Amino acid sequence: MDEALLRSLTPGVLAVLVRRAADFAAAEDAVQDALVEAVRVWPADPPRDAKGWLVTVAWRKFLDQARSDAARRRREDRLDEEPAPGPAPAVDDTLQLYFLCAHPSLTPSSAVALTLRAVGGLTTRQIARAYLVPEATMAQRISRAKRTVAGVRFDRPGDVATVLRVLYLVFNEGYSGDIDLGGIAEVPQYPLSAEAIRLTRQLAAATDHPEVAGLLALMLLHHARRAARTAPDGSLVPLAEQDRRRWDTASIAEGVRILQSALARDRLGEYQAQAAIAALHADAPTAEETDWVQIVEWYDELARLTDSPVVRLNRAVAVGEADGPRAGLAALAALDTSLPRYTAVAAYLHERDGDLTTAARLYSEAAQKAPNLAEHVHLTRQAARLNTRRPH
Amino acid sequence: MAKYLLLKHYRGAPASVNDVPMDQWTPEEISAHVQYMNDFAARLEKTGEFVDSQALAPEGTFVRYDGEGRPPVTDGPFAETKDLIAGWMVIDVDSYERAVELAGELSAAPGAGGKPIHEWLEVRPFLAAHASCITE
Repeated sequence: MDEALLRSLTPGVLAVLVRRAADFAAAEDAVQDALVEAVRVWPADPPRDAKGWLVTVAWRKFLDQARSDAARRRREDRLDEEPAPGPAPAVDDTLQLYFLCAHPSLTPSSAVALTLRAVGGLTTRQIARAYLVPEATMAQRISRAKRTVAGVRFDRPGDVATVLRVLYLVFNEGYSGDIDLGGIAEVPQYPLSAEAIRLTRQLAAATDHPEVAGLLALMLLHHARRAARTAPDGSLVPLAEQDRRRWDTASIAEGVRILQSALARDRLGEYQAQAAIAALHADAPTAEETDWVQIVEWYDELARLTDSPVVRLNRAVAVGEADGPRAGLAALAALDTSLPRYTAVAAYLHERDGDLTTAARLYSEAAQKAPNLAEHVHLTRQAARLNTRRPH
Repeated sequence: MAKYLLLKHYRGAPASVNDVPMDQWTPEEISAHVQYMNDFAARLEKTGEFVDSQALAPEGTFVRYDGEGRPPVTDGPFAETKDLIAGWMVIDVDSYERAVELAGELSAAPGAGGKPIHEWLEVRPFLAAHASCITE
């Protein structure tokens, strides 16, 4: 047993783990565990590649820990969700409540409000605050929604897809639509995202549906990036520029595990496909190492499932990364220019293609069309960056 | 206490002293500007004078009633409209003088070159919904 060799390998092994988006303390623990294991196993069975062996074992230890943390958190969550003493509602009742609150006769904003109130147990004031409307307005919205579904029979199963759409809306309100060119719309409002995850988790426990698992995985994978998504001054940090060490590896590990078991059931749906794309991003140690070819394939799959123009816009970005900006611009040319964020995507692809003048003009134009202030500032800053660059 | 609207115009106000469009600033200058605005609002929250702040998208549409049973008439967007509101801040302050003082501070937000923009802001008092009980 060569202790000096072992010691000399340690920093390199740790670096690999930290680069794989493990947080430093957890990675350090995992490497220590791997060293103990090495001392025990190597004398009888020395590995051919000492460092490779350590990385493999340490990573496994790290994932085990992340999983058991996640499992513990799940147990705790379940404890929190336990109903007040009294006649406990059956699981099926919970499910029916989700169906009711997402009933097709409700408008999306009413379904969202009712779900948060009735299933989530938030107060009207909390919901009003989350959606920045007066409490009286939200109270009216909720009571109208209750009246709308008053006559709906509670015993008929609803459509899981409508429930998922509502939960997705809640999550997105806290997250705003993400786009792969760098999360230009990643506006944080975490309490709603966290609540959406909690509700989806609860739904996953009440029903056996791979798309529920897909949505839960998708939320966990996106939520894992939350700390890296904004700079200290509150501005947006694009995906490619995020400090991946700040991603929540436990959340990623859990999301990947849930996604894998959902995909194994071979009933693909749009949420599983979206989660697969998020998982590929999560899996890349650096932005440069992103597997864009596989991401394009998933977007093709997603386009077959949904035929949504937003999906095709995201696909154009992925094509730009996989096959070069010209290919991305060609994919973009087939799309409707009035699509939200079309101009922002065009700006990005032109910049990648080296046409900085066009890119700067399009970034400014995109800023004027931005759907929120954070994106407006981000896109203006992109234009400013190109307009004020020093010639080399 | 009285409420005032501090109005910021995309167009329609006299030109600022430091009149360089934001997409010609450096990214650092934009950060400094955003920071100033955030700090300003946070400070007014602390003093109990902040009510609301909103930004508006540049494009809007004019709409009017077109008679019973008809859909409303819409027109626009009006690219040539003389006056275009960019956003506002509502404050609740003790005096008109205080409202002017705060508008002056807001107008000092840094722009190109890190220098104050000296932007013209419009200060408009709210018409209160109820007569005050001490008006007589």
